[in-house]
Amino acid sequence: MSHQLLVGTRKGFFIVEKHSKDWEINHAALLGNPVTMLLKDRDDTLHVAIEHGHYGVKLKRSRDGGQTWDDPATPQYPAKPETEIDLDPIRQTSLPWDLKRIWSLECGANQNELWCGTLPGGLFHSTDGGDSWQLVESLWNHPDRKLWAGGGADYPGIHSIMVDPKDSNTIRIGVSCGGVWASFDGGKKWDCHGEGMRAEYVPPEDVYNPKIQDPHRVVQCKSSPDHLWIQHHNGIFRSTDGGRHWKEIETARPSAFGFAVAVHPRKPDTAWFVPGVRDDERYAANGELVVSRTNDGGKSFEVLRNGLPQKHAYDLVYRHCLDIDETGDHLAFGSTTGNLFISEDQGDHWQQISGFLPPVYCVRFA
Amino acid sequence: MAHLSFTANLSRQTACPEADIPATTIAQLFNQYFSQWPEVRHYVLDDQGEVRKHVRVIVDGLNIQDRRKLSDKLRPKSEVFVFQALSGG
Repeated sequence: MSHQLLVGTRKGFFIVEKHSKDWEINHAALLGNPVTMLLKDRDDTLHVAIEHGHYGVKLKRSRDGGQTWDDPATPQYPAKPETEIDLDPIRQTSLPWDLKRIWSLECGANQNELWCGTLPGGLFHSTDGGDSWQLVESLWNHPDRKLWAGGGADYPGIHSIMVDPKDSNTIRIGVSCGGVWASFDGGKKWDCHGEGMRAEYVPPEDVYNPKIQDPHRVVQCKSSPDHLWIQHHNGIFRSTDGGRHWKEIETARPSAFGFAVAVHPRKPDTAWFVPGVRDDERYAANGELVVSRTNDGGKSFEVLRNGLPQKHAYDLVYRHCLDIDETGDHLAFGSTTGNLFISEDQGDHWQQISGFLPPVYCVRFA
Repeated sequence: MAHLSFTANLSRQTACPEADIPATTIAQLFNQYFSQWPEVRHYVLDDQGEVRKHVRVIVDGLNIQDRRKLSDKLRPKSEVFVFQALSGG
């Protein structure tokens, strides 16, 4: 059972721990810096991505639990050839080959192996614990990569990376806006998969085009890795065949709009969402902050609200701000309003850990 | 020798001591400085080697003109100052 939660916010990095009975914030670091992603690796090394307003994106690394930090290498895009034409397909603006955000960090199968997803769409790989990074050129140079477009951000980005627990050569990624891609040979070759995903916000001929979809977040069941869930821009989708086919789930309450999703590590039919009203109303419906849960693969949903504010709460929960621990019992989520909640019973009851954090960008049990 | 110094705001992020460097352009100045202080490069320049959007480089009181190729000329005793723009905070 996890007793530590890592929290990245608009203004720093926090460690929340449970001692005896209560969860509390025990450590604050990198204060003033926006923290867009974090990871504790197999050696208990902390990797934290910051997005400095003036000086760009950096990685910070700590081997002593966040007390001291070093500056390892940061993923770097290659020199853009003068003749290169790389335009955002919607805006028709030039895509900068420049690291704009670190949006996902995951451990690979091997010791010291890390994967890093970024804006404007580069996937990076490290085999030395983050001392150096290599752009995955097979994906970056894939001709269909140029179909990816920015969504809420100005540039496309890789927000979800899933290394298959049963076959480490199988790696899946989620892209906003670019659908779900998979490699079955450790990253040498990539293809887009996503039959069944539906986009409401494109011309009719593109509605079912898997390469332009906007999955806000993709998660994979650890014990049944062919079972994946997506919180998409306009709905919830589920796959039971490793992402080749997706089924839209239309029973979610109070809405199917949101950013975050979590799946139980051993029960692939059980998933959680934190809904907002809809695309142009990004806050909790009726001012009541709730979590929705399905235990039957999306046939039905429960609305969980015990311990959550039910009056004038307008929190939004970003895509990396909901997490579940390895037991499947503990869940945590943080909001744009700086609220942080933890449940120890799969969402039936929630306790507020803080109401005064900066806007929360990511949470992760460690 | 041109004199290069940085805002204290940047020294909070990474070590960037001031230095006197023989150089006739900003590009030469930065290349020599970054060879000694490689961590500073990506705080000042982006992945394509251009001055970051929210960083200012001032030579003898004036903003540099060529933020892309850093071709602005230096005088023998130029004062070069790197600091954060008001934007980007």
